[in-house]
Parts: sequence; structure tokens; C-alpha cells
Amino acid sequence: MSRQGKIAIIDYNAGNINSVMNALERLGADFVLTGDISEIKSASKVILPGVGNASFAMEELRRSGLIDTIRSLRQPVLGICVGMQVLCNSSQEENTKCIGIFDSNVLQFPMPSENADAIAAEAKVPHMGWNSIQNLESKLFKGIEEGSDVYFVHSFYPTLGTDTIATSRHGNIMFSAALKYENFYGTQFHPEKSGDTGERILKNFLAL
Amino acid sequence: MVKKRIIPCLDVKDGHVVKGINFEGIKEVGDAVEMGAKYSSDGADELVYLDISASQQGRKTFTELVRQIAQRINIPFTVGGGISSLDDASRLLDNGADKISLNSAAVADPNLITSIANKYGKQFVICAIDAKKIDGVWRVTTHGGKNLTEKELFSWAKEAQERGAGEILFTSMDHDGTKNGYACNEYAHLSSMLSIPIIASGGAGSVDDIAQVLTEGKADAALAASIFHYGEIPIPELKRALMEKGIDVRYK
Repeated sequence: MSRQGKIAIIDYNAGNINSVMNALERLGADFVLTGDISEIKSASKVILPGVGNASFAMEELRRSGLIDTIRSLRQPVLGICVGMQVLCNSSQEENTKCIGIFDSNVLQFPMPSENADAIAAEAKVPHMGWNSIQNLESKLFKGIEEGSDVYFVHSFYPTLGTDTIATSRHGNIMFSAALKYENFYGTQFHPEKSGDTGERILKNFLAL
Repeated sequence: MVKKRIIPCLDVKDGHVVKGINFEGIKEVGDAVEMGAKYSSDGADELVYLDISASQQGRKTFTELVRQIAQRINIPFTVGGGISSLDDASRLLDNGADKISLNSAAVADPNLITSIANKYGKQFVICAIDAKKIDGVWRVTTHGGKNLTEKELFSWAKEAQERGAGEILFTSMDHDGTKNGYACNEYAHLSSMLSIPIIASGGAGSVDDIAQVLTEGKADAALAASIFHYGEIPIPELKRALMEKGIDVRYK
């Protein structure tokens, strides 16, 4: 049976992917959850979800033999949260070498208990909740106003760089809220949990 | 900066939303999925659903409800009530819950926090603490305030953080249902001693109460039930009022 034209959500034991599937369902998208290499390669779009730990996620991708597959993709790819972090150069989370699509490194937010600036800014870890995004630069943000709020849940953040297409700030740290390199997109926030704004961003991705 | 969050809490029994006053005198107020969708479109930042069914059948109904909520709602939601094992947590996650809230079971077996956080991440685990002040000490209670334990609020909150809780949801049993304001001093203390977000619950009666706990009380989020369920404070009005007071909230 041909799956041509479908959106592939990469299935690699990445934690809770229900919310991504539910969001696509709400948008009426035709998708499949799959770890099958040919199915991923032939998909019209690919979503790489991820919840939890970047080191664990890399391990699972390696174990599933998906790293080269991901590198080879030429259709639009969207990494969400840890799914975006594994597309960066590296993560400070257990000093993990990542796939290296985005020219950004993933660092840990300083714990407020150990950092005077973080205490002063009340910058708690995890960075959890709604925060605004700025410097929006891609078709992914078509129709999204500067300063719109989206939902974040993370303790590690991607640094700013030439691939940055949206920024956000937690305490005194400004980081990449979204990244883009060629056909690869990534959001540190969860569009699937970001209300109407998130829904619009997902729609924009599906329309690429 | 991360916004201060407003979280309506829906107590669910056999698939319907109820709200008890001081955990007594339960009265049905509405359909759980529809109420959640309404709060979401009104600008609620998250939702909490607590299962207060005591029966097996009630638990099954709740799991099915969680699945329906996840399909319908595009903001994060937490579920709690009667979660006592890693299997319970897995079942709720598989049905689409973004976070779970542990209460009595974490007191009985603090290691439960660790095992769930290790498997699904800290962000998935809220440690809910119900406490009341007795002879000057904030004593932790379980089973909806019925059982008094030997644990003390602040040391237990600290331990919960160390064991892997991603947030603390403290309900003051002395304030809950009174509508006389939150236990602001206690939230401010929790917020300064812990590095994870603090959710305030119990005592909301007015916009000023909520504003106070988010400023003086240093809480990251304010949870309330009856003021929302009975339409006393509509969420858009609350958000606008908080913004006018200079509190950083998401306003849509």
C-alpha cells in the first residue's frame, strides 16, 4: 500500500507523541506514525517529536538506524522540543553529540539555587509555561504576530546562531525558540500545545 | 519572561465536573470536555482535571474522558486523583495527559515520584500537597484532607523536588473554599526555597487575591475552581485586570 503524500511522524520510543497526533487529527492532516525507513523517506513531510532526554533520544534513533535517514531527508522536516535538540550539533545533557543539522548547541539553564541572576529573574527550571517569541523570520510564522505566546517545557535550550528563526528569553538567557536550515525546521516550544497560535504554526508547516 | 499562569481546576466524578466546598457537599456543575474547551478558548493557560471517583468504573470513565480531552483541547492539561503506580501514570500518558499530579500515593511511597520522573521526565510530574496548619506547623494531609500525616509542608516539598517533581501544587486546607485569599506567605517561602515552579491553590475569591499570590506570593501559577465554574470571575476579565496591574500574563 502506498503511503505517498502522507505526513510521517517518526516513531522511535520518544515519549508522549499523543499530543502531536491529536493536533494533526484536529487539523485534518493525513499522517502515519512510523519507524519504517522507506515510509519516512517517501513521506511528504516528516515530524520528529521528542519528550524527555536528548541523550536517550539520540540513543533510540541510533538503535533504530534512523540517523542517516533523517540526514538524507529533502522534504520539510519539523523537530519539536527534544526532536529539535537532537538536530543540533550537541547537547549538554549527558554531553551528547547530536545529528548536527542546525548550527546550534543545546545548553542547560542555570539552576536558580546556584545562580544569583536566575534567582533575581525568578527564572525557574524547568522553563515551563507560556512565553513570547520574537524576531520571527520564516514562513513557519506566517500570520503570527511578534511577541505571540507559545508553550514551552524544557530545561535545556538551543543557543542563538545563524539558523535562528525565532527567539525567546528565560531570565537573562536569550535562546533559539525555533531554528531552520534548508528544509529542516525545529521548535523548542510545543506548537501542538500552544493553543490557536500553535495550531497556525503547524498549519504553516503543513503548507510548506 | 515566562508568563504567570491561570489554571482552572475541574473535579470530575463519573465523567462530570463537580466542585466541593471544603471538600464536602459535592454539587454537579457541568460537562468536563465542554467546560475545558470553553476555558481554553477563554484564555486559560492550562487545565487540571482531578478524578474524585472512588470506584473502578469511575476510574475507567475518567481514562476515557482523558482521551477525549486530549483530542479536543490544544493547551496543556494535568490529571490527578487516585494515581498510585507507574502503570496508572503510563495509562494516563498513553491517553494523552501532559502531566500527572501525585498526592496521597507520593506521601505513602515517595519513590513513586522518582520512578515516574525517570521514565517520563520531571515535566510530567506535579507533586500536589494538601496541608493545614496545626500548632504553628504546616502538616501534610492525604485523601482529600481526611488523614493527617507526620510530614511537614516545606521539608516534603523540598524532598519532592529532589526526588524529581517538576512542579509543586500546594493547597492550603485552611484557605480552600473560604474565598478569603491564598496562603501568600507560604507560597513566597516555597518559591524562594525551591527551583521548580509553584502552583497556588485554595482561597481564590477575587481578582485581587489572584494578583496577590502571583506577586507577593511569588507563585508561578494560580489555580482556582469555583470562581471560574460559577462564572464569578470570567477568565478574559481576570487576565485583563491582572495585565492592568502590571502582571505578565498571556492575554489573547
